[in-house]
Amino acid sequence: MKLKKVAAAVAACGLALGFSGAQAQKLSGDKIVIGFITDMSSLYSDIDGPGGVEAIRMAIADMEKQFPGKKIELVYADHQNKADIASSKVREWIDQSGADVIIGGTNSATALASAKVAAEKKRPYISIGAATSRLTNEDCTPYTVHYAYDTVALANGTGSAVVKSGGKSWFFLTADYAFGHSLEKDTSDVVKAAGGTVVGAVRAPLNASDFSSFLLQAQNSKAQILGLANAGGDTINSIKAANEFGVTKTMKLAGLLMFINDIHALGLKTTEGMYLTDGWYWDLNNDTRAWAKRFFEKMKRMPSMLQAGDYSAVSTYLTAVKAAGTDDADAVMAQMKKTPINDMFAKGGKILPNGRMVHDMYLMQVKSPAESKTPWDYFKVVQTIPGDVAFAPPGGSKCTLK
Amino acid sequence: MTELFGIPLSALLSQLLLGLVNGSFYAMLSLGLAVIFGLLNVINFAHGALYMMGAIFAWMGLTYFGINYWVMLIVAPLLVGLFGIIVERLLLRHLYKLDHLYGLLLTFGLTLLIEGFFRSFYGVSGLPYQVPEALTGATNLGFMIMPNYRAWVVVASLVVCLGTWYVIERTKLGALLRAGTENAKLTEAFGVNVPLMVTLTYGFGVALAGFAGVLAAPILQVQPLMGSNLIIVVFAVVVIGGMGSILGSILTGLGLGVIEGFTKVFYPEASSTVVFLIMAIVLLIRPAGLFGKEK
Repeated sequence: MKLKKVAAAVAACGLALGFSGAQAQKLSGDKIVIGFITDMSSLYSDIDGPGGVEAIRMAIADMEKQFPGKKIELVYADHQNKADIASSKVREWIDQSGADVIIGGTNSATALASAKVAAEKKRPYISIGAATSRLTNEDCTPYTVHYAYDTVALANGTGSAVVKSGGKSWFFLTADYAFGHSLEKDTSDVVKAAGGTVVGAVRAPLNASDFSSFLLQAQNSKAQILGLANAGGDTINSIKAANEFGVTKTMKLAGLLMFINDIHALGLKTTEGMYLTDGWYWDLNNDTRAWAKRFFEKMKRMPSMLQAGDYSAVSTYLTAVKAAGTDDADAVMAQMKKTPINDMFAKGGKILPNGRMVHDMYLMQVKSPAESKTPWDYFKVVQTIPGDVAFAPPGGSKCTLK
Repeated sequence: MTELFGIPLSALLSQLLLGLVNGSFYAMLSLGLAVIFGLLNVINFAHGALYMMGAIFAWMGLTYFGINYWVMLIVAPLLVGLFGIIVERLLLRHLYKLDHLYGLLLTFGLTLLIEGFFRSFYGVSGLPYQVPEALTGATNLGFMIMPNYRAWVVVASLVVCLGTWYVIERTKLGALLRAGTENAKLTEAFGVNVPLMVTLTYGFGVALAGFAGVLAAPILQVQPLMGSNLIIVVFAVVVIGGMGSILGSILTGLGLGVIEGFTKVFYPEASSTVVFLIMAIVLLIRPAGLFGKEK
């Protein structure tokens, strides 16, 4: 009982201090606390993980001078791909560490759970790593921003490009959980709308180490295109086995969600000629190259779209705080939604009322070993997909926020 | 075309072969576990991590020292075995008198350490390892295209498994090993160095895991978590076969690989669960496992 009283007193003092600080500087706690929750150790940790932490640190270092005398803190944790860990960590950060913004890393399930907590506590939640389009549809909130990409954009990019280049009949190899299902569905819609057909699909359990059996089924379907509606290690192992069993001789593979790290792990010999959709690539222009070089010096590998997105999202948030003169969530959200985003990640990016950050996406083709001049020189840009074509139009969203 | 349950016979036949390939890995890994459990009474949870170590050693050999696949097929298991011997001498040895649970906890902790160590260096996306020159390409069997390397995996693992079974069940050395587990004091009285034998047995058991790891390197992505995805299934195999039964673990490993293969055709969503379903049924009917002896 006594302890509780002491704790309450301390908390009250803290609140009072925080409040007075906020009055003078308009920053709660007189500092900005950024929480970053992602997969730090498991199958998605190369595409985001520790590299994402480094990217956010870079953003903080670049923005710090705009907040003289204030501290910008970063707290981060590993959600281990478990939604309950993600949501309880986010709750703890907001309640106890005074987190002002949450940056959400990989895994759609954890993102949906964290976004809910952040909205309930009225804190901006910027999702980078998650793919599910539910974040800006049925599960949208006034505080969610879906920043880098989503399943709709992936389908619009790779799906329509492959149908246009003659791949009319499709068979899907799908990861048997929410993400895979929605990627398969979104891509099927695009394929059918473009005049293609879907011959069939096989649902493989997540983390199935051997894909040969599923690939033989795909081969027997006689479809022209094998759409890989999976990610990470599952994609890597399916592509390896497809080469081994000669599936690549009769079918063309379309990786629906692939990152530069996957190509690096597989090598160009195995992946040459594949199409994929990406929101960012290090070798797009001088800005991207300059930033990627800084990242490479720290991490000894080139950044993925997600890591670049982490940097950009934190910069965007801090710029909005600076412009609004406060870290009050509603003011910052309004500021972010009315300011176009122009940095090394996005040119003319805009955040729609439903939280979708609309920016150009890129249809890439993997280079052949002969075309690749330097390490990490893996993609050629086949087509720039304008943001309003890549992402679902605001009118079509199931989100009711206007 | 002839059909069975609406599936062409040729498709079933190809799934049977693929099942055998996967079953070979289950057999080799569960055999190592069975040998270790049978002779040491240790539930070696680190088996998956040691399998991964075998694969990574193969990759390291090729990448850093230019040592080819065939040499690493021998060297990597030896290195893994040596690591196992050190672990047994320094750590496991002190736990024999305690409950099984302590051995399990220790090896589980080791797994986390080993995986974390390699993860901090290589990340999780994986390291590319090509199929050795001599085994590239595939053979058209008429009903399917069989990559030569996968056929080699089945042959190599059968040879190793049957060899191990023969040594333990049919030779004098094997007899001493079995005697050592039955009654260590009495066996020592005959002048047999039982502690040394136990150490070497553990080394051999984990070397089998290392061997399986090298075999898997060209097929699966070499990465620090590759063992943890597999080890749970392998434990189920051991339980179904009967803890400690040598022949049981080989046959169950191959059999379950095949059953899993068929499940992938008839109801792919259940292919990761079917092994555990069978485990539950077997435990209800025969608690000691298919080939285990009731104690």
